[in-house]
Amino acid sequence: MKKINMNVHQVTRVEGHGNIVLNARDGKIEELRWEVTESPRFFEAMLRGRYYQDVPHIASRICGICSIAHSTASIQATEAAFGIQPSQQTLLLRKLLYNAEILESHILHVLFLAAPDFLGVGSVFPLVETHKDVVVMALRLKKLSYNLAEVLAGRKTHPVSCVVGGFAKLPEIGELKAIKARLEDALSDLDTTVKLVKTFSIPDFNRETEYIALKDSKEYAFISGQIASTDTGVVPLDKYLTVTNEFCVPHSTAKYTKNRRDSYMVGAMARFNINHDQLLPHAKRVAKELGLSTPCHNPFMITVAQVIEAVHAVEDSINLIDQILSRGLIEEDNRVKVRAGRGIGAVEAPRGILFHDYTYDENGVLNKANCIIPTNQNHNNIQMDMEALVPLKLSQSQEEIGHILEMLVRAYDPCISCSAHLLKIYFK
Amino acid sequence: MKPKVAFFDFTSCEGWQLDILNLEGQELLDLLNAVDVVNFREVKTEREDNYDIAFIEGSISREAEISRLQKIRNQAKVVIALGACACIGGVNCLKNHLSMDEALRMVYGKDAKNYDTIPSRPVHAVVPVDYYVRGCPATSAEFLKVVKALILGKKPEIPNYPVCVECKMAGNVCVFERGMTCLGPVVRAGCGAICVTSGQHCWGCRGLVDEPNIDSEKDILQKYGLTVEQVVEKFKIYNTYTEVAK
Repeated sequence: MKKINMNVHQVTRVEGHGNIVLNARDGKIEELRWEVTESPRFFEAMLRGRYYQDVPHIASRICGICSIAHSTASIQATEAAFGIQPSQQTLLLRKLLYNAEILESHILHVLFLAAPDFLGVGSVFPLVETHKDVVVMALRLKKLSYNLAEVLAGRKTHPVSCVVGGFAKLPEIGELKAIKARLEDALSDLDTTVKLVKTFSIPDFNRETEYIALKDSKEYAFISGQIASTDTGVVPLDKYLTVTNEFCVPHSTAKYTKNRRDSYMVGAMARFNINHDQLLPHAKRVAKELGLSTPCHNPFMITVAQVIEAVHAVEDSINLIDQILSRGLIEEDNRVKVRAGRGIGAVEAPRGILFHDYTYDENGVLNKANCIIPTNQNHNNIQMDMEALVPLKLSQSQEEIGHILEMLVRAYDPCISCSAHLLKIYFK
Repeated sequence: MKPKVAFFDFTSCEGWQLDILNLEGQELLDLLNAVDVVNFREVKTEREDNYDIAFIEGSISREAEISRLQKIRNQAKVVIALGACACIGGVNCLKNHLSMDEALRMVYGKDAKNYDTIPSRPVHAVVPVDYYVRGCPATSAEFLKVVKALILGKKPEIPNYPVCVECKMAGNVCVFERGMTCLGPVVRAGCGAICVTSGQHCWGCRGLVDEPNIDSEKDILQKYGLTVEQVVEKFKIYNTYTEVAK
């Protein structure tokens, strides 16, 4: 008789706190759960009663890794509520700033959090000895994305200059030129990353699910577009609640979501499956080289999709800087006229689609907020992947099963501290 | 022997823990040569419960976090609060103006009974803290400064003068002259006045200086036609806990 009693308390190399519980006897699963135990933070309660200028500043603090995503979604929700259409210059700068976050977050996950699994170590630290060039390269790419964000918004974690209506301070042309040269150099670092990722033996496990991401007819969508689902097609942003359908489960401080099926997936793989045609040429070549084609139903390949998006973000940044340089930068009037109303901002955070939904009063004070975080939208999909994966692995040792389940969770790059902030507020 | 260092996260955005990997490549490698990182869940699978220096990120907002923090304090020779949430409570304390039942009900509705939360508080409200690395986010540079001082057996020097000093040095036009409210005159420096330099105002994320010149802040407000209430609203974003404690 074989018994498995496993409780992986606080999965490591993920952002936030989550546990895996598995009990099985004689090849039969008695209990299998992905639990989210992060402390709830009540962000929507914190935002209530705040003046609009303070709102993106506070919303950014939902997450240290994807603070640009939260800040951008927050700014866009507020602009939508006030009926503000940002200028072309603002949009170019916002997209460029956004790419810094996509690049940084994906490199962090691929090379620091996921790579140790494929190189047979428990963290990035032993790699300093065995793969020093990889670690130094990863730090170089991260530094580049930080510097790109610094040029545009003062800093990467909790950006400063991006505000409702535009940018409180414009970047220097000379700094943009310098960073463009470094972005061009980064493409060769990314080629090295591609060669490394090619050596990873990615588990062969497929489970078809629903994929949801923003879709924009003009480009590979990160901060614009409508909601696209592989099951139910395209719906406008103001119908987001019909897609997310949140629900509580007793073992989790994060809320779960579902559309038509029991779960859906968001993030790099969802974006790739939906928007792959719109990737830039170098990113498309990398997809081919890494053997990723659509549709892909293997969650372990999310890491590969992130590499492709990192390449796309660098290519796109070079193009954006060219456009900004040819237009020149002008000081714009960022003054904002407040009005009562509701606005929805949606962006593709590194980990997937993110919604901020705000209602303001006539003085520009927020009186209702709802944020739906990407990782929450993935929690039930992680659970369902586990339920499909474990029966295939029950003949293996408890240690091997534990390892592949941790790898599965890590592949989703979950940002759990974000997901337990989410949470809807009902104001009377 | 290299000091054993551990990192722990409580209620926070965990922004800083991953920011440490933003140190210059050589700085990070040097750091790893000088200390032994034994516990760092965000980036490391192996864990060890024998450590000398504990860095704490986040504020304390659940009953279970209190006992977890006390255990860490009992083990560590030195406890360092890292970032605004750990040092002063930070934005997490904005929920403290609600009753916890009300907050839970608002967020989880009919499922509120399944969850627990307590008013958020900084680390020093639960256990004694030896040193502070302030700010939201804390900077890698200040973190390195503290670690270096500890390795050399010195007391880390952290600024205790207002942001205005650094803001002047950065050559900024005064925020009040630009018609905005600013907390710079009473809030602790060390950030290089980055928010003002980047086109905004000081939000107070490093907490008050030890002896804030409140009269001078009031004079400034009067001069620019601003009210104490306007400043207090800004002050609450990071310093609700301080305000409640007063």
